[in-house]
Amino acid sequence: MSGASTPGVVREAAGGPLGTEPSGRTARAASGTRAAYPLYVAGKLGGAAVSLFAVLVTSFFLFRILPGDPVKAMTHGTPTTAEQLATLRRQFGLDLPVWQQFTDYCAKALTGDLGMSYQFHAPVGELIAEKLPATLLLTGVAVLIYSTLGLWLGTRSAWRNGSLGDRLNTGVALTLWSVPAFWLGLLLIIFFAVGIGPIPGMFPTGGMSSGDSTGFGQVLDVAHHMVLPVITLVAVGYAQTLLVMRSSLLDEMGGDYLTTARAKGLRDDLVRRRHAVPNALLPTVTMVFINLGHVAAGSILVETVFSWPGLGGLFYQALSVPDLPLVQGLFVVFAGAMILMNLLADLLYPLLDPRVGR
Amino acid sequence: MSALLEIRDLRVTYGFGPSAVPAVRGLDLTLESGSKLGIAGESGCGKSTLALALLRLLPPTATLSGQILLDGEDVLAMKWGRLRAVRWAGASIVFQGAMHSLNAVHRVGDQIAEPVLLHGHATPAAARRRAAGLLEQVGLSAARVDAYPHELSGGQRQRVMIAMALACGPRLIVADEPTTALDVMIQAQILRLIEQLVADQDISLLMISHDLAVLADTCDRLAVMYAGRVVEEGPARAVYDAALHPYGRALSAAFPRIGDPASRRAPRGLPGDPPDPSALPSGCTFHPRCPVALDLCAEQDQALRDAAPGRRAACVRIDAPVPAEPLS
Repeated sequence: MSGASTPGVVREAAGGPLGTEPSGRTARAASGTRAAYPLYVAGKLGGAAVSLFAVLVTSFFLFRILPGDPVKAMTHGTPTTAEQLATLRRQFGLDLPVWQQFTDYCAKALTGDLGMSYQFHAPVGELIAEKLPATLLLTGVAVLIYSTLGLWLGTRSAWRNGSLGDRLNTGVALTLWSVPAFWLGLLLIIFFAVGIGPIPGMFPTGGMSSGDSTGFGQVLDVAHHMVLPVITLVAVGYAQTLLVMRSSLLDEMGGDYLTTARAKGLRDDLVRRRHAVPNALLPTVTMVFINLGHVAAGSILVETVFSWPGLGGLFYQALSVPDLPLVQGLFVVFAGAMILMNLLADLLYPLLDPRVGR
Repeated sequence: MSALLEIRDLRVTYGFGPSAVPAVRGLDLTLESGSKLGIAGESGCGKSTLALALLRLLPPTATLSGQILLDGEDVLAMKWGRLRAVRWAGASIVFQGAMHSLNAVHRVGDQIAEPVLLHGHATPAAARRRAAGLLEQVGLSAARVDAYPHELSGGQRQRVMIAMALACGPRLIVADEPTTALDVMIQAQILRLIEQLVADQDISLLMISHDLAVLADTCDRLAVMYAGRVVEEGPARAVYDAALHPYGRALSAAFPRIGDPASRRAPRGLPGDPPDPSALPSGCTFHPRCPVALDLCAEQDQALRDAAPGRRAACVRIDAPVPAEPLS
């Protein structure tokens, strides 16, 4: 949390014997508070821009280190002369010095042009845009469900710390967290898509839709296809949110301000909801947003197991060539989503915690 | 005057079985309506446990017995619903607001208005006006309702805490170390403020502090606690100036007197540490540190007894006849 600043303490007003304060002081303090937020936002935006540039640099050089000659891979299986290979190299700019390739790449990336895919002979941007919605849908739904579930169960667990419910809750979550996602996905397919013994196959084995329905029927069809992959992602993912929420609420539970809240006569659930949870949420929010940042990257393994037509599969195809522009483009999109979500978390933080960024 | 608060044989124990630790061990106290009682003692003597016990705010590991009669009604026997209704409306607590007793993510106005809404059935707008009015009563500007605790100084936060305690018009305010962690100037302001408010609004005050001088200055009566019991009780000035119990004397000698250079140059402390509640000394728990202990003090527990008109003390040297049968 880079945004946490030292609380600005307003000095005690030294007035009469009871120290009444002049009222002008308040107005000044308040306006100072508001003026600080744009600065905070500007700082965070600048930080995000720097991160994004670092991502561009990394993605370019990282994938230049990958083994394999992309031109040879593209022409694999077809007899090609050395001249043809050279032509191809020139066409993709691979004959230029690396630094020049880099400056070209950066200049184009700034205008939104991520280059042409070697293997699909189509703009990388279009390829990504085509697959992005499927991934956003699947992992977006999963992340929302597991974050909510994790926050809720984590709160319950901490509030009844050490109870049977807490131990059961945490135990189950940890067990599921240790399960490999693809293995769980395969099990779910075997049990609930293929059907085993008395269990009928209730869900499709893969894909995103059966493709023969329209309108509301299509929505239902896609939802039907999403059930098993979403369950897989949720089962494997919710433990993290649960544990972070649980431990951050446990940290708050010794707080004196909770004794104050109880002394006021608040019911236990109000003490929890109104006082403890808002304070415990602060560390958890960052993590929820990091999870949202993973939405674009999706889950390559789960998408593969369920043949989900998303970015995961595209990334896999791009890596196996290696299709450098596509790999780089995906890398930039994945990292960019993460940077964006972190930025959102940073911007949201001052609204949740008045001590931050003012 | 009738008793607003009457504590009878209060015992508080943390934990269970052999590892149980007694924090309060049979405590009797009476607070007359409209008066101010100070409770003094070192850290670990059970005074803060007492404050939390009054509204049953102790953790579930604490076991309470005895009676806490607030206006004749036993707090320890109340059902949860009744207890919640009595909390803050019947008796409120001024915690060490300078530290962490306010919620950092809520505006102080909302925190003050919260009990008003809960107990007073007020509209949100009325509760907010009440919060602003209360802030003015404690010497802060009404515009502070929108401030967050971190925007206030320690003294201002303590004022907010006091405003909050007044919110539901309680008959009793318990002030638990209200001025600890404040610097001396602010400390004096806060004490005057509390004094003035309880006098104006006819509220009884139970003030807890390690600082005997502060209590003697503010309260009518003073009780000195040691190892979970009251060892001396009487009019505040009398206890401060001429304590009857050796511990009371040691505690008051630890504070230099203004206008008495001798006491300032040689403030006497008390050797040794407060006793470990899980391994209390035998007999009178104070005897290992007592400068005037007798041999029988190690064996004989001393009950609180009448020592002078309106004064009680638990010491074998109080001239009341010593019971003849020593414990074997």
